[in-house]
Amino acid sequence: MGRKILFITTDQQRYDALGCNGGTIARTPVLDALSRAGITFDRAHPQNVVCMPSRSTMLTGQHVSTHGVWMNGVPLPEDAPSIAADLRGAGYATALIGKAHFEPLLDPFLRFTENRMGSQKITTDNPKDPHRGFDHMELATHGAAGQLHYSQWVRENHPEAVGGYYNVLDRELQVNAEGGGDTNAPQIKVNPIPREWYHTEWVAQRTIAWLQSLPDDRDWFCWMSFPDPHHPWDPPASEMHRVNWKDLDLPEGYIADAAKREKIIDSKLRHWRGWYDGTFVSNYEAPSKWVPATLTADQVREVNAYTHVENELIDEAIGSVMKAIESRGWGNDLDVLYTTDHGEFQGDFGFLFKGPYHVDSLMRLPLIWRPAPSSHIEPARVSAPVGLVSLAATFAHIAGLEQPSYVEAPRLPHTDNDATTLGHERVLTEWDSVLFGKIVHLRTICRDNWVCTAALPGTMSEAGDGELYDLTHDPLQHVNLWSDPMAKAMRESLLADMWDNLPKQVSPLRHMDAPV
Amino acid sequence: MGSIRRSDFINCSADKVWAFVGQPEKLHEWFPITSTRVEGNKRWITLAGGITFEEDIITLDHDLRRFQYKIVNNPFITFHLGTVDVIADGPNRCMLMYSTDMEPEVLALPIAGAASIGIAKVKEMFDGK
Repeated sequence: MGRKILFITTDQQRYDALGCNGGTIARTPVLDALSRAGITFDRAHPQNVVCMPSRSTMLTGQHVSTHGVWMNGVPLPEDAPSIAADLRGAGYATALIGKAHFEPLLDPFLRFTENRMGSQKITTDNPKDPHRGFDHMELATHGAAGQLHYSQWVRENHPEAVGGYYNVLDRELQVNAEGGGDTNAPQIKVNPIPREWYHTEWVAQRTIAWLQSLPDDRDWFCWMSFPDPHHPWDPPASEMHRVNWKDLDLPEGYIADAAKREKIIDSKLRHWRGWYDGTFVSNYEAPSKWVPATLTADQVREVNAYTHVENELIDEAIGSVMKAIESRGWGNDLDVLYTTDHGEFQGDFGFLFKGPYHVDSLMRLPLIWRPAPSSHIEPARVSAPVGLVSLAATFAHIAGLEQPSYVEAPRLPHTDNDATTLGHERVLTEWDSVLFGKIVHLRTICRDNWVCTAALPGTMSEAGDGELYDLTHDPLQHVNLWSDPMAKAMRESLLADMWDNLPKQVSPLRHMDAPV
Repeated sequence: MGSIRRSDFINCSADKVWAFVGQPEKLHEWFPITSTRVEGNKRWITLAGGITFEEDIITLDHDLRRFQYKIVNNPFITFHLGTVDVIADGPNRCMLMYSTDMEPEVLALPIAGAASIGIAKVKEMFDGK
């Protein structure tokens, strides 16, 4: 028997969401314990700050330029590399339970396998050669709409709960800007759904059911993927007592003084101000009719409260899965990896949601690797920059496989010294959005505790525009040093390093076949 | 407005390709839908997800090799114009082009994705023939 792998992801979660990373609101004792027993990464970045590209990187071990899923709505090709397929080939039972999102969700033609499987209520499309290497897929997204398994389950078993969820899309099929809660914050709703029917609980229970179906001596890889705390923020009403938004301080990244806030925004790339004022909406990652400049301090508090509640529910759901695993006697040989696909503003700079903004709010992620106790790897905190692009090689390493030829980054390190040995010097993040004439392209490197973003020519940027932040002296990224002569040498060094290490982008760009 | 365009060259005469794609009742033979029904200048198409669109045929010009239609009587769709063009590029090569302009704009994207599948299917059927 080898090591089993539980890969846990959330969606749109910040580094500071967890107690082990300094979070002080949401109680996350299960994840904090995994952190204490394992390796906690303090500078983990995604290779793209939206779902489909980032998740495709996790599965393929490739940068976005290589796998080609440059934006939500661009499907990952069916024949793309998959670490799940490699693990399956090595004898692992494989499953993905929860949010996959390698393929578009809005799919009226039912072109995509994820949606077809949900629609047909099947958990494998082809037992001999299953979709993306997963023997078992039971899929969910944010709520009860759509064709995926969770939506079908709610509609069939608890139809009265469907309407409790927030309507993600409005009548024009745009991301809904409708407000709710006490403060009329966008994408907030008090959801009367019982906790046991909520998708966080469903993902955990379906994971336990799949694990219980396996024989004791089987090695397995299970990707348990929670749709929360991604908007809409509509956790079960019964749980809202956990965090009262009126008790919350404003987050450190929120700049209360509007004049100061706007001065900082104006020092960044121009598309920041365009979105803030509601004049430049470049993508579908936030409601197009919502204007960030209207966001109030109380709305920031309330969105944060809902998010903290969702994070607590995730932690408790993980606890129930861990308990089930322990009861099978697998605990000593179990590796647990925990991360998310990208971050969330949660009020930083006066914004919510996400988009082409390469700052810590969206790029600095929680990442924990609790190696199997039987491997005797010592707990550590790692400050070296690492990316989700290293996950596929890490899974292969845990399973005792050679590093697959298609991956573009080494496995995650055990320590900072190990990071140096493996070559974890930098981490790269890309953004491309091309939407009905609105164009943004960004390329970012993080190295030596600096973050440098180069804008490529687009609707609001020209070649030579960019952002540069010194994370040591400016952890909130308020001071853009891009044009500072004192920082010129650092900027040029970072840019040269970035262009040397970014893979060549697949050409031509694949088509975007859906908004999300 | 969501405005999209998908196209590809096919090594086949424009007349031959048009003789097929210029038949509105045969859309399901190349586009990823499950059924097509035509009555006069009306067409109904059904998608695999179960949605049926009612359409008005606006243009069926065999000389220009152009087909245009619009989705009508749909509570979500406030504007639509779809266009299929077959453009000759010499005697044995043509371009098949599918364009859609649409409100709400988001629906133009899945239609574009389906158009790519359809164009690839026609290319598979006619390329080199």
